[in-house]
Amino acid sequence: MLISIASGKGGTGKTTLALLLAAAHSQITLIDCDVEEPNCHLFLQPKWQGPGQDITIMVPRIDSDRCNGCGACSAVCLFSAIAISGKSALLFDELCHSCGGCLLACQQNAIYEEQKIIGTLMTGTAAAQPGIHLVNGTLKVGTPSAVPLIKRMKQESSQLTGDILLDCPPGTSCSMVTAVKNSDFCILVTEPTPFGKHDLELAMNITHLLQIPTGVVINKSDAAGDENMEAFCTSRQIPVLAKIPHSLSFARQYAAGCIPADFQSIAATIWQQLKAERSAKA
Amino acid sequence: MKELVIVSGKGGTGKTSISAALACLAPQKVMVDCDVDAANFHLVSGATIKETHVFTAGFQPHIDEQVCTHCGKCTDLCRFGAITAGVITTPLNCEGCGVCAFNCPEHAIAMQEKQAGHWFISDTRFGCLIHAELGLAVENSGKLVSKVRQEAKKIAAAEHLPLIITDGPPGIGCPAIAALSGTALALAVVEPSLSSMHDLARLADLVAHFQLPIAVCINKSTLHPENTEQIRTWCHSKDIPIFGQIPYSDTFRSAIQAGKTVLEVSVGDVTEELTGLWQNIASRLNIPQNDSRLDLLRRKFNIFR
Repeated sequence: MLISIASGKGGTGKTTLALLLAAAHSQITLIDCDVEEPNCHLFLQPKWQGPGQDITIMVPRIDSDRCNGCGACSAVCLFSAIAISGKSALLFDELCHSCGGCLLACQQNAIYEEQKIIGTLMTGTAAAQPGIHLVNGTLKVGTPSAVPLIKRMKQESSQLTGDILLDCPPGTSCSMVTAVKNSDFCILVTEPTPFGKHDLELAMNITHLLQIPTGVVINKSDAAGDENMEAFCTSRQIPVLAKIPHSLSFARQYAAGCIPADFQSIAATIWQQLKAERSAKA
Repeated sequence: MKELVIVSGKGGTGKTSISAALACLAPQKVMVDCDVDAANFHLVSGATIKETHVFTAGFQPHIDEQVCTHCGKCTDLCRFGAITAGVITTPLNCEGCGVCAFNCPEHAIAMQEKQAGHWFISDTRFGCLIHAELGLAVENSGKLVSKVRQEAKKIAAAEHLPLIITDGPPGIGCPAIAALSGTALALAVVEPSLSSMHDLARLADLVAHFQLPIAVCINKSTLHPENTEQIRTWCHSKDIPIFGQIPYSDTFRSAIQAGKTVLEVSVGDVTEELTGLWQNIASRLNIPQNDSRLDLLRRKFNIFR
């Protein structure tokens, strides 16, 4: 079962929940899809298998001997990644989506493609919990789009059987959608504040659009906001799977890079509900 | 005019709370929320939308059923697996590149402009706010960030306001890059957790990549004093100034619950530290810390404000 953990708002506890759920499982793959700022490895201290694999995208390059500056490539590039200057073409890799449109448009055969590194993919096993297999992607600093890297990480894991957790990036834009897409179930982690609720609603709209069964976990739960949040989830017909209490001591342990063992029963409750979801589907 | 952008790398470290507090302290400014896919600034500033604008960006294919022969050339050329013989089977995979349209032998496909969200001009308790809402599962968050920044600059220029306060997005990808480029100062909000410290280092690399000035504000500093000390040492080694150090306080949470800035619900340590933070920023950017009498008069009589 492919379970995505997303949130809308950042800092609500996606990584915390992913780690809690992973720790309560005997054999699991955890994919850290927050490639802009991956954090799971800080807690798991994995033993890496090898030095990691460079992930590349294809970007166009110009053969200046053949290019006559006709502008056909620039005319078909809807991302404005190619500009014509005099008798040659200028490329802006940051804007390129690797669609290959310019290659098709060039009548001079002056465009070829080259690999460009956008990040690194590493896999490893958690030092203290050998049942947790971590897939970690790190976006190269300065690379604008995380989407190709997230796609590759999910592809690599498509052969795997068993349960897979996806720790997704915050927000509701393309990287979040790419990470959540095709998952069997999505857990949205929220906090019971107006910020949490506002962004939860945006994230619910995405999982609804993608037709992914969804449940909510209320983190940093307290009397002040829970009732409102639960009423909201009921109105959207989305179950609240669990609540993780607001606790300063927990925040301190998280700060130090530990996930407290106190919350194992919460993880067990969530797994029970996920398993029920799985058998209902089967 | 100077653009201050509040960023963090990791989400949830307090960007919006601190941006709102600064908006409360700064006398003359425009505010922008660049977290376009999970915007929250309007929730703590009492925003009333004055203007709503449609944001169009990118393209989507439109297929003329009468002309399409379902030859399958588009399927072969599409690198994103979005189209099968003239039928857009997985629209979410489509990146709007137009390869299908430009190479269709029957010219059956046209690329149409795509609505990608909305942006707003709002009145708040602290002045004018430009914010946005990205369309559902569309691309172009970076372009929408650039759009709201551009609109804010127009307003700041028209009203002779010296400062733009930008609540930035998390991460280091396209929205963060679009929010940072060319700003006068990036204020990185960090909390003393290993995650946030790790993410700050990557953010600092990005900011250095674009050669922008950066300063740090440590939030929730009392949560883990040893880590706070480590951040201080790290900043020192990197020559990054620390403009503020705010203790952990539940007031931040109760302020959000009340739809207010932390300054409007609290007095004491937190207020003092935030005021110090604002003074450091104002002197770094060389802008007035308080309204002068003349400014007050000018603002009072400026009916367009």
